[in-house]
This record gives sequence, structure tokens and C-alpha cells, in this order.
Amino acid sequence: MRLSVPVDPRRDHIQGPPHAPLTLVEYGDYECPYCAMAYPVVKAVQREMGRELRFVFRHFPLTSVHPHAQAAAEAAEAAGAQGRFWEIHGMLYRHQDMLGSPPLLASRLDLDMARFMNELMNRVHAARVREDFVSGVRSGVNGTPAFFINGIRHDGSWDVETLVSALEGTPEVAALGRYR
Amino acid sequence: MKAQSMQSVLQAGRPAPDFSLNSTPDQRVALSDFLGQPVVLFFYPADWSPVCGDQVVLYNELMPVFKGHNATLLGASVDGPWCHLAFSKDRKLVYPLLSDFEPKGEVARAYGVYRQGEGISERALFVIDTEGIVRWSYVSPIGVNPGADGILSALEAMTHQETFR
Repeated sequence: MRLSVPVDPRRDHIQGPPHAPLTLVEYGDYECPYCAMAYPVVKAVQREMGRELRFVFRHFPLTSVHPHAQAAAEAAEAAGAQGRFWEIHGMLYRHQDMLGSPPLLASRLDLDMARFMNELMNRVHAARVREDFVSGVRSGVNGTPAFFINGIRHDGSWDVETLVSALEGTPEVAALGRYR
Repeated sequence: MKAQSMQSVLQAGRPAPDFSLNSTPDQRVALSDFLGQPVVLFFYPADWSPVCGDQVVLYNELMPVFKGHNATLLGASVDGPWCHLAFSKDRKLVYPLLSDFEPKGEVARAYGVYRQGEGISERALFVIDTEGIVRWSYVSPIGVNPGADGILSALEAMTHQETFR
């Protein structure tokens, strides 16, 4: 399966060089325990791959089994609207036990809290989260976390070694290798 | 395995066999109730198994998209109605799960997706049009959640054809 909606630097949350040769996309849910386990794995992969990798996170909340996941995703977007997406993203995964109160986490981020709360209460970012979800479904995401490497679904396990070797095995890296 | 290959999955273009199954201990649902609107019918092996969990929950999230196509979603397995009731409550499902329970697997057999040796159905998807004709079918490897992309593509193709009819 391929990524149905290509990575768009104007829309997506991207960590790493925006035009890096390698792209790792994760569809995740803030209340999913496996996604929380994947958080340090992705960090380690980023350290390993350095400037050759950009990481993209998209929302895939399964709200009927994870009652806080949608609100957490909207909170991440609300912090993102103030340029703090990756900070709250990390906090949500590191403090999954506090998902019931995203504002408590956000209060540590030096945000315009009035704006943050207002956007949460008016569900300003609900449509954006939904867009991510539907793009995931159209790309064959069937559970979380789901990874795509340079636009192609990664179906194997997602430990650091497997992800790194999958990234290094892409044709894009083979091409780079000549210049390394 | 031999029994598997003997049976063939109902293909696109064939009429979808009608059925009437319990959706709760005291209610029944018939396929013919939905003539005039598209139906997404999926068979899955069993309530509570982890892959089914993801699959039924994923489809729950997609109800607004299915409704956008005016489509009804029906799940079916060989589990009894009380089991379905508990499973459905646990996963907060907003669509019916049908019990293909007695005679066991009769409907799955009619659709060519019964696994004889194991006594369960395949993990299979059918998209049925407004006139009760199968327009798309798919059998997933039993341990793999097939997601919903194929269903959505089939519904979109149907909606498109209706528009230009």
C-alpha cells in the first residue's frame, strides 16, 4: 500500500530537514499503548539516520476504544498552531496517564492558553484530525502505529534495527550511497 | 486447506444471497431490508480476537463516510447474539453484528467464505449495490486486518456510476 496523500511541508508536521531524501511517516493515536512504545523507537531511528531523515506524524485516533485520543490529537494541533506541536507530541506520549487533561500538559509549554483553550472548546482542529484519519484509511492503515517509508507501507515489525535497515534499504539510499 | 480451495468466494456481478440473522437476541436483520441502498457486509472469524477488534473499531470510526454513501454496514460471524451484544458494547459499536449461528455458518457458506475445518468464516468483505448485486468482494489473509480502502473505493465507484447513469 502507498501513502494516498503525499507529505506536504505546508500542512504536515515534519521533524528533520524538510527535503531529506528519506521520509518516515507515522499514523498514530495518543492513547494507543503501542504508539507510546513506538515514540522512543522513532527517536532512536532519527538519531541513527541524522540529516537524511524527515519524520512526519499524522493522527489516527480510534475513538471508540480510546476515549481521550481525539481530544489529545486536537490539543496537539492547537499547540501546533502556536508552533509547539513536537513539544506537546512528546509530552502526550511520555505522560500517557495524563491524557485526560491535555491543558495541564500544555500549561507547561508557555502557550497563549486562552487561545489554546478556545480552539479546543470550539473543536477548531477536529476537521484536520479527521482529514489525517481518512488519508490513513485510504493508505491502508488498519491499526496503529502504522509506518510508511518513502510513501510505501512498512509491514514488518517496528523495532529500531528493522526500521533503520528498511530505511537504508530504500532505492533512495542506494543512490545516496555513491556519494557518501 | 483442500476444503478451502473447493469453495469459491462470491464474485462481483453475482446476486448477493438474501439472509435473515439475529442482530440482538430478539431482533433479526434481513439483507432484503436494505434493497435500494448499498450494503457493506463483512465476515470476520470471531468476536474478541485481537485483529477483529481493530477491524470492527476501524469501521466504527468510518460510519460518517459510509453514511455519506448512504450505505449500511453489517458485520457477521458465527458467534451467538449474546456474545455479539457483549462485544459490541465493549467496543461501543454503532452498527449491527449478525449471528451466523444456527445453522452455523450457513450465510458464510452461501457467500463462499466458510472455513470448514475451523468452523469459522474467512475475513471477507462484500460491497452490495442498491439492487442486491455484489459489486466487489475481497478475502483477506485471516490474521490480517484488511482495512477499509477497498470498501471505500468500491463505494466511490458505485456512487460515480449512479451519478452518470
